[in-house]
Amino acid sequence: MTQFLQQMINGLSLGSIYALVALGYTMVYGIIKLINFAHGDIYMLGAYIGFIVTTKLGLGFFPALVISMAGCALIGVTIERIAYKPLRNATRITALITAIGVSYFLEAGTQRVMGAGVQTFPNVLANETIMFGDVRISTQQIVIFSVTIVLMVALTFLVNKTKVGRAMRAVSVDPDAARLMGVNVDATISFTFAIGSALAGAAGVLVGLYYNSINPLMGMLPGIKAFIAAVFGGIGIIPGAMLGGFFIGVVETLVAGYWSSLWKDAVVYLILIVILIVKPAGLLGKNVKEKV
Amino acid sequence: MKTMKKAFMSALAIMMAASLAACGDSSSDTPSGSDNSGSNTVKIGLHFELTGEVADYGNAELKGAKLAIKQANEAGGNYEEVIYDNKSDTTEAVTLAAQLANDGVAGVVGPATSGSSAATYQIKNDAKVTVISPSATQIGVTLDPSGNVYNYVFRICFEDSYQGAAMAQYAVDTLAKGKVIIYADNSSDYAKGLTEAFTEQFKKLGGTIVATDYYSKGDTDFNSVLTKFKDMDYDVLYIPGYYNEAGLIIKQAREMGIDCEIIGSDGFDSESLIDLAGASNLNKVYYTTAYTTVGASDALQAFIDAYKAEYNEEPSMFSALAYDSTNLLIQAIEKAGSTDSDAVRSAVENIEFDGVTGSFSFDETHTPIKSVLVVTLVDGVQGDAVAVSPDVD
Amino acid sequence: MKNWMKKENLLWLGLIVLSYAVLNILISAGIINNVYKTVLMTIGINIILAISLNLIIGITGQFSLGHAGFMIIGAYSCGVMLKSFVSGVPGVFLGIIAGMVISAFVALVVAIPTLRLRGDYLAIATLGFGEIIRIVILNMKITNGAAGLILPKAVSWHMIFWAVVICTIVVVNFGRSAHGRACISVREDEIAAEAMGINTTQYKILAFVLGAMIASVAGALYAGAFYVIKPDMFTYSKSIDILVLVVFGGMGSITGSFISSTLVSLLNTVLQQFSSVRMIVYGLALVVIMVFRPSGLLGRKELTFSGLLKVLKKGKGAAQ
Repeated sequence: MTQFLQQMINGLSLGSIYALVALGYTMVYGIIKLINFAHGDIYMLGAYIGFIVTTKLGLGFFPALVISMAGCALIGVTIERIAYKPLRNATRITALITAIGVSYFLEAGTQRVMGAGVQTFPNVLANETIMFGDVRISTQQIVIFSVTIVLMVALTFLVNKTKVGRAMRAVSVDPDAARLMGVNVDATISFTFAIGSALAGAAGVLVGLYYNSINPLMGMLPGIKAFIAAVFGGIGIIPGAMLGGFFIGVVETLVAGYWSSLWKDAVVYLILIVILIVKPAGLLGKNVKEKV
Repeated sequence: MKTMKKAFMSALAIMMAASLAACGDSSSDTPSGSDNSGSNTVKIGLHFELTGEVADYGNAELKGAKLAIKQANEAGGNYEEVIYDNKSDTTEAVTLAAQLANDGVAGVVGPATSGSSAATYQIKNDAKVTVISPSATQIGVTLDPSGNVYNYVFRICFEDSYQGAAMAQYAVDTLAKGKVIIYADNSSDYAKGLTEAFTEQFKKLGGTIVATDYYSKGDTDFNSVLTKFKDMDYDVLYIPGYYNEAGLIIKQAREMGIDCEIIGSDGFDSESLIDLAGASNLNKVYYTTAYTTVGASDALQAFIDAYKAEYNEEPSMFSALAYDSTNLLIQAIEKAGSTDSDAVRSAVENIEFDGVTGSFSFDETHTPIKSVLVVTLVDGVQGDAVAVSPDVD
Repeated sequence: MKNWMKKENLLWLGLIVLSYAVLNILISAGIINNVYKTVLMTIGINIILAISLNLIIGITGQFSLGHAGFMIIGAYSCGVMLKSFVSGVPGVFLGIIAGMVISAFVALVVAIPTLRLRGDYLAIATLGFGEIIRIVILNMKITNGAAGLILPKAVSWHMIFWAVVICTIVVVNFGRSAHGRACISVREDEIAAEAMGINTTQYKILAFVLGAMIASVAGALYAGAFYVIKPDMFTYSKSIDILVLVVFGGMGSITGSFISSTLVSLLNTVLQQFSSVRMIVYGLALVVIMVFRPSGLLGRKELTFSGLLKVLKKGKGAAQ
């Protein structure tokens, strides 16, 4: 039982990261139906911005988090304006290839500028272990979990209660109708990219802090996992992405903990496929009948 | 409008084809040109993984190799480096092997990983280009598919089997351990070979393998598996793999309260291990290597100083191995007195080399005969190094 | 049947024979050296991969991101065959057949549940299946796990050339057959196709299985030609690379796939000297090409001789 609780804590910490990255995926997909393959690399850039800010400028964790979120938001919007905006009306696969191009560019660019090797993220937050009986939680795990929850609550508030959030929802339902209603569609899409990228940036800094190891290709696998998390929960649905992120984190941990880590990715993919077949729109999604 | 577009596209295609043809010409010209006129410049091919997934190791080796060439030139030699990047992609490595053979190099150092290396050996061997592999440790990699040694292929690192067996021997004899958990890198042949050799030797010496689990390159979260290990009955943890992941595993294990001895392989050897794991977590850690700064010889100290002066960072084992490989090749070329492929080859085969990663000569599989050292870490610093030789039948 | 002897077909036949002859002459004259011979083989294998995926994506309109999974099946079928059972050219042929059988079976297992999905959902499901196939191979004993297989060279460029020809003929003829037209109708409008009485699921599965089998041929040839196969060479990144070839050339255009496979391989070789910026340039190039030419080089058009004649005539007319 102790071990199970311990594994759940491990899983939720890992899941928080997936959830934060998945939120960006799901928001972008929800609004322009683009699988933004470069999203994992924004997360990587977030970690690098955090790294530079803490090592070169000597700032602490929270300033690094904020600067990194702001930096990633800016990068996200720039990429959207340059690479994706001209393709608003192109086919989805075309947009996907563009995203892949951006992803290659960011990865290779970071390798060139920052070096291909692993960088050690400084320990900017004292790490202590708190024991609850036999279950141990580190302060870092608590920070990761709480930052994730705070950001998610803020995001939910933003999307559901503010004007810009309403605009985002309107554009995701029907961009043309939204435009007729006076919504500035381009600005709304850019805003969505900014928010999604900022969340990925936050995830990057959290990962840097938690594992203290970052490298230019660190975004590839978490990017895919986060996308799976988004699809799992119902792509385009914000609570779905959170659920999916936590779920994938926990499943991975449990498979590695009780079976073998050789199969953890395979199990994640298998669960995804089963969900898609049983409920194609994802766990929280609504099945939409196609109109003829 | 449409026709204009078409015309533009075809013009583009023609231009590309033309530039390609031009490239083809120039590359086929260079070797013959250098053979005739610049006979005093000796070309050395440096073929590494400079971008892509294992760019980390490739770049470290490139630095070591470049330093060796620079020093040889300062000592009055006339060597030119020809650098090739295979993107950590074996297909690319095959193309480059052909390219190197074409470019008239006197010898090649690299690639870093066994997979890419194995993909190039057949071509280089057929083209009679001498290859020195700094770190192709896979078992039997210097042998062709029918089991004969490649004439022109040499490596200066241990074979995985040797190193794995040595660690098993040390764990049982010196550390007096009998129950081991192995946590191995599942994405490299390196860890696979080590795991097999270690398992075999450890069992032979009467030990028990309590569990074996795996991680993949690039993983950062090892908590779930370590949590599982924590409740098991074992007295030593073996981590065959590289420092990028091993550093994090050690950190997470120590933070979790796993305080048993941790043993590993020469993949641990890097300053990054200390950065990643934290110096205070690196106690009771032992690993096998051929390269240690403990009681460094003058030559080794000189290398470390030169490397720091050149690149402003500590050399890793990878840089040291590439440095040695390149020096070995240069020595052989000088001994042969020509860049004739057979002369260079036989000079390499008969060399008695004294390098920063040990003194050695080659055995019949073109693998070095050198002793394995086990290094002990105390607060992240190499405290002690003892030679171990496994009792393999 | 008589139409087989049409001028267009004869011209293509002529082109095949001519290019084979020219390549042979260039190689024996040493103009195509070993380097370019290797590049040539890479191009050939990429072409087979691209047209096989084009069959699924371009002709049938099903978005698959798991193509590397079928390539790895072919590669390992051939690799295990060469390593453990029969060596040399017969081994390659047996390996190709074994790979096609296995991948057809696996493709069927994958296709039946997943092809009910559409668009991006299908993409992510096939990506998952591709990775599962790879992980299974990674954990098998006979495949030697992560270390992969080191193989003797058993495939010459002649074999690859003819494999390209055969695979192309199969795909082109499939595309023009009644089945192929049914597949195109699925791409254009699935609901309309269904309303016309076409069993859409069946045609999707047919195209998917055929594409998978051809991809496994490419994998088998790769194993025989490139010395080493390892599971980490066939991750979803490989599937993405193949997808890039298809989209870059133009979805649905077979000649487009030829051109894109050739250009990408050549570009890669030319940029070798600038290794540190190569991937940066490649990434930028993808963005630029997609922004300025979203439908790929050829769109859905094909380069044909009749088209060429038309262009020539027009050119003449303009000159006069």
